This record gives sequence, structure tokens and C-alpha cells, in this order.
Amino acid sequence: MSLLPNAAVLLGKELRTEFRSRELLTTTVVFILIVIVLFSFTFDPTSDESRRFAPGLLWLAFLFASSLMLQPCFLREQHNDTLSALRLTVSDPFAIFLAKLVANTLFLLLTELLLLPLFAVMYNVPIVPVLHWLVLMFFLASLGISIAGTALSAISAQARMRELLLPLLMLPLLTPILVASTEVTKSLFERTPFVQWKGIGFLAIFDLVFLTALWLFGEYLLEE
Amino acid sequence: MTPPTFSPVGLRLENIDKRYGWFLALRGVSLVIAPGECVVFAGRNGSGKTTLLRIAARLVRPSRGTLSFSSESQAEDARVVRPGFVAHATMVYDELTAEENLLLFARLQEVAQPENRVETLLNEVGLSDRRVSLVRTFSRGMRQRVAIARALLHEPSVLLLDEPATGLDPQGVAWLAEAIRRLRDSGRTILMSLHGESEISSLGTRAIRLDSGSIAADTRTGATFRSILTFADA
Repeated sequence: MSLLPNAAVLLGKELRTEFRSRELLTTTVVFILIVIVLFSFTFDPTSDESRRFAPGLLWLAFLFASSLMLQPCFLREQHNDTLSALRLTVSDPFAIFLAKLVANTLFLLLTELLLLPLFAVMYNVPIVPVLHWLVLMFFLASLGISIAGTALSAISAQARMRELLLPLLMLPLLTPILVASTEVTKSLFERTPFVQWKGIGFLAIFDLVFLTALWLFGEYLLEE
Repeated sequence: MTPPTFSPVGLRLENIDKRYGWFLALRGVSLVIAPGECVVFAGRNGSGKTTLLRIAARLVRPSRGTLSFSSESQAEDARVVRPGFVAHATMVYDELTAEENLLLFARLQEVAQPENRVETLLNEVGLSDRRVSLVRTFSRGMRQRVAIARALLHEPSVLLLDEPATGLDPQGVAWLAEAIRRLRDSGRTILMSLHGESEISSLGTRAIRLDSGSIAADTRTGATFRSILTFADA
């Protein structure tokens, strides 16, 4: 009953604390910017090469950056043991996950929105004609990264080698998202763009499966 | 403190074990705490005080045994009773103001008229003039006041205090003792873990010493407060 109101209150807290400190957004944007710029300067790709390699580079950069972004997600809650305070107050622990994964999705989307135009200019890929498809694909992929990443962040925050553990768990698990997103992006950047429905469907199913798993088992991830 | 709007609740712990890997933090702890009791848990570091309080708060699941709450009028479902919990850590967000922190937790607990409740509590803990300051700018004593206000937001029947005086100066301890006295006198059941004798320990109506995860002494079974708090017969 109180899942959505609780999640909305917690989402407000997540957004407020992030926009007050801007730690995650700044780090992520700068990281992706560096990767995109360095790759462009190092390889100086032609237009055809860009079409082939840029989607993979873009999604690799987003994936690595998201592991940076998701790291503090639950670590921050350990600083003053605020996670315990949340567990004592919310009636459904899934509200904690829901708020965090929505916030992480929004942060990732905002990062992608900021960097996509720059990426298009530097790699000479047309994004305007396929923008609506890109938005859909970015949303599904970012949601998938956030769902799995938020769950793994809860696990790694309680481990001893927490800083190392999240990327080690997250990157292999998110390989299917990397492959699907790269394929869909590549098809949209072709000279005659087409929508790769198989990839979009895969992303949607990935999101649904992991969201259901998190809803069913998330409570156990928060236990001490 | 505001007049009570709760029914006194007691606790029953039966055969509680808690194991962390190979380490047994609690061994067969059985305890009945009557509604309105103010129980002081004493014991050396690692004796199981914090684990016991976290199990009572339902933050930690026992490896074996059961926890139940009961009121004088009717049996209450353990899942329904929400104890107020004050721990070593403040359990509030440094990046939010005192008011934002309390409003956040009040809304999560669906407290009626959260703004009014928060205003009342900020006045009670003496922080109304710092309501819009970020918690990270507060002293340890002020943070502890926010922590206590947070624990009292939903007017809990059971209050769990894990070494609540840690890091407080003498003035802070005096304020805390007065706050606990008022809470005890309002009929709340209070369980607190402490180190040694203090102004706060004198508020207890019962004392229990834990040793290596087991109950070693209890004023109910003839031990004295002093011996329990000073480990005199340990």
C-alpha cells in the first residue's frame, strides 16, 4: 500500500542530496567526457569507422561510468547507518530499491543527454533523425544498468573489498546489456537506419526479469 | 515530551542465538521485558549488547529463537510494533538539514501532520533555531538530539538506545538523562546499552549484564545494579 508513497519520498531525498552535492553527476560526466575525447584524439576515426566502433565505445564508457556512479549508492547509507534508519521506517524494503534505481536511471539519462550531442559531433554520427529511438533505447538500457547495479551495490556495500567488488560483479552481469545496446545503436547509426527490435525487446525483458527478482529478493540484500 | 498516544508494549525473547560465520554473538538468550520497564544492558565490548538491541529492532534476524512484542491489552504482532532506535551512529543524513531529516522519516512513517510533529520535536530537543542548518555542521551532541528526535517521530512504545551517550560532553549527557527520564515516566519500554555507572544508568528499573553472548546477571534474579554496571562479580 505504502510502497509508492514511500518510494516517492525517498526519491525526493536521493535527488535533493545529489543535486546539493552533484558528486555523482560531475564524476560520471567528466569520466565519460575523458573517454570519448581521448578515444577520438587517439584513433581519429573516419566516418565509416565511427559508425562501426563508436556505439561500442559509447556503451563501454557508459557502463564503466555507471559502475562509478552506482558505487556510492549504498555506501553512502553506511556512513551514518542511515540504511538501518530506512529499514526501520519503510514498511516495504523494495521502496528503498525503487527510489534508488529510479534516481540512478534519471542520473544516467541526464548524463547521456548531456554527452550524446558532443559524442555525435566528435564522431560524426547523425542522431537527430533517430533521436526518439535512441531515447527509448537509452531509457531501457539505463534502467537495466540501474536495476542490476543498484542490487549489486547493496551486496558489495557489505563486503570487505567493496570498492573493487561492484565493478567485478557488475560488468560481467551487464555484458548482455552492453551487447544489445551496442547492436541497437549501431543499427540506428547506419547510413539507412533501422530499428533492431530484437535488441530493444531483449533490453525490455532484461529489465523486467531483474526488476521482478529485485522485488522478490531485495529484502534479503539489505539484511545484516 | 508530548503526552503519550501509545499503549505500553513488552518484549519476549526466546532462546535467541545469533551467529556471524563461526562467531556466536548471542547464545540462547531468553528474556521477558514487561511493558514500561527501563532496562540497562551492561557488558564488556563484544558481549552482545548491540546485537541484542538490533535483533529487538528487527534489523538483524536471529539465527535461532523468536522475538515477540505484547501489550497489556492485546498481543501485538512483532511486525506491527516499530521500536524507536538510537544507535552509535546518528542514523541521519549529513547532507540534509535537521528539519529535512525529520520530515523525511516522518513522511516515511506516515506520521499525521508531519510538519507539526517535526516542529514540536525540534522544540523539544532544543534545535528549532538550527532547523535549516545541515546536520554535517552540527556538533556530536546536536546530532544526537536529531537522532533522538528521529527515533521519537512516530511515538514508539518501545525505545532502544545503543550507547546513546557516546561522544557527548557532560552537558549533553545531562540533557540526554533528562530526556530519557521523561520518556521512561511517560510509560515507554526502554532498553539501553551502557558502559559503567552514569547519570543515565541510574534511570534504569532493571539491569542485565551480558557476557560472551549470554545473560550473566540480572537484577530480577538478585544481582545488584552496582555489581552489574561495574562488573563487580564478573
